[in-house]
Amino acid sequence: MTHFINLTLNGLASGAAYAALALSLVIIYQATRLVNFAQPALALVAVYAAYTVTQLTGSYWIGFASALIVGMAAGALVERVIIRPIAKTSQLNAIIVTLGLLLVIQGGVGMVWGNEQHGFRYAFSYVGRFSPADTFALVSVGVVALLLFAVYRFTPFGLRMRAAAFHPESARLSGVKVGLMLTAGWGIASFIGALAGMLAGPPFLSPNVFDVVFVFGITAAVVGGLDNPFGAVIGGLLIGLGMSYVSGYLGPELATLSALAIVVIVLSVRPDGILSRPTARKV
Amino acid sequence: MSTEPLLSVQGLTAHYGPVRVLDDVSLDVPDRGLCAVLGANGAGKTTLLRTLTGLHRATSGRVLLEGEDLTRLPAEKVITRGLAHVPEGGGVIVELTVEENLRLGGLWRSDRRDRTTFDEVMDLFPPLVERRTKSASTLSGGERQMLAIGRALMARPKVLLLDEPSLGLAPLITKQIFTLLRDLRDHTGLTVVLVEQNAAGALSVTDHGFVLNQGRVATEGPSEGLLADDRTRHAYLGF
Ligand SMILES: Nc1ncnc2c1ncn2[C@@H]1O[C@H](COP(=O)(O)OP(=O)(O)O)[C@@H](O)[C@H]1O
Ligand SMILES: [Mg+2]
Repeated sequence: MTHFINLTLNGLASGAAYAALALSLVIIYQATRLVNFAQPALALVAVYAAYTVTQLTGSYWIGFASALIVGMAAGALVERVIIRPIAKTSQLNAIIVTLGLLLVIQGGVGMVWGNEQHGFRYAFSYVGRFSPADTFALVSVGVVALLLFAVYRFTPFGLRMRAAAFHPESARLSGVKVGLMLTAGWGIASFIGALAGMLAGPPFLSPNVFDVVFVFGITAAVVGGLDNPFGAVIGGLLIGLGMSYVSGYLGPELATLSALAIVVIVLSVRPDGILSRPTARKV
Repeated sequence: MSTEPLLSVQGLTAHYGPVRVLDDVSLDVPDRGLCAVLGANGAGKTTLLRTLTGLHRATSGRVLLEGEDLTRLPAEKVITRGLAHVPEGGGVIVELTVEENLRLGGLWRSDRRDRTTFDEVMDLFPPLVERRTKSASTLSGGERQMLAIGRALMARPKVLLLDEPSLGLAPLITKQIFTLLRDLRDHTGLTVVLVEQNAAGALSVTDHGFVLNQGRVATEGPSEGLLADDRTRHAYLGF
């Protein structure tokens, strides 16, 4: 029983990072129908920025804050400068460009910070069953997700964001600056992506540190329904739990495979993901 | 017309790629006017409205509202100058609630916290009141059209442009909506431009009509006159 509880808690903690990454993908997908393959690269830049700032200032938390800010700014910048002009030509081009960005940014990070591993600390001690670091992962992702929900749901800004995502033309006719909302959406998404990076990065940083995490994040987003933020969070936790149980009971070498199994099972029962909207938009 | 028109369209031309869809369209709408824009499918009515509100770029020509040139303004700015557009189908956002759709229409206003506009709009559409917190996807076709009009009114526009609000609605509902437009004009001084394929219905409620044919204004005149003129009816209006 204790074993089961430990696996559950560990699963939830690692699932929190997948949930955050999935959430960042879903925010952009909802607004643009575009899977942002550059998301882990943006997180990478953010986390390396945190690494450097922490070294310079000696403060982990100043580094942490700079990761979120750098992530947000990088996301907004990429949308405004690179994605928007290309998305005008074709959606497929834009998706391919995000893939290209992933490689370019990873390479750039390797050039600036080196390809070797750097030690990178957790926010809190990670020792013990459900360590403070685990708690922090769950709580921070939970708080951010709730805040995001509240802002989208209850503020004029959130209403504008949703209108711009669901129906850009009606939004424009109602006076919403849709372009600005897109930039803001990428900023918010990359803020959350940076948080995911800060949780998933330790104990070591390298330019490829998020490759596997990203696979799980995308998996979580697909499992939850690509256009549903709640689904992304639930999908992330589910993937975290599934992998934790499988590696705990069947052996760690099967963990990655279990993520694939979850996708296959969920999508065969609910092809559009657990929480995707049943009504196709038509009108 | 002795007084200056509220909305003046001057020599408006628009293309889709190489195809000219609007060809030197000029029309004047007086303050408190209630005008119909009629024409067969493909005549360019929708394109005209989209060009007026900045959803489509004019190739040449001008759009003036109270003398201010709106021609190059993007759609999100046009609404702030007083020109509201209810697009074909209404453009209701089904993922939002009824109340959210309405609030969206007035968000850009600096007095958006003031509830009076919201309450006034609600008063116009009793069916929407009880559905306030429901998803807009639960509304019937007529209710959606009401919501679309309500959202446009939340901006307190000077001119309301409507693109075929009768599309897909039962005759009784269409009549209600036309009557509402007339009441709005009579009681609030709103200027209305009603694009319709339902020419008979539109002419019976408006005071002036423009007939578009292949992107040009083929004829115009008082609605009663157009309704009585057999040649126009047969040539362009199909009834
Ligand atoms: N997005 C578009 N791309 C190319 N041609 C279009 C487009 N929209 C409309 N058209 C063409 O422009 C002409 C006018 O269309 P429209 O303005 O929708 O007319 P109406 O609203 O009077 O039916 C039609 O010939 C139509 O085929
Ligand atoms: Mg049309």
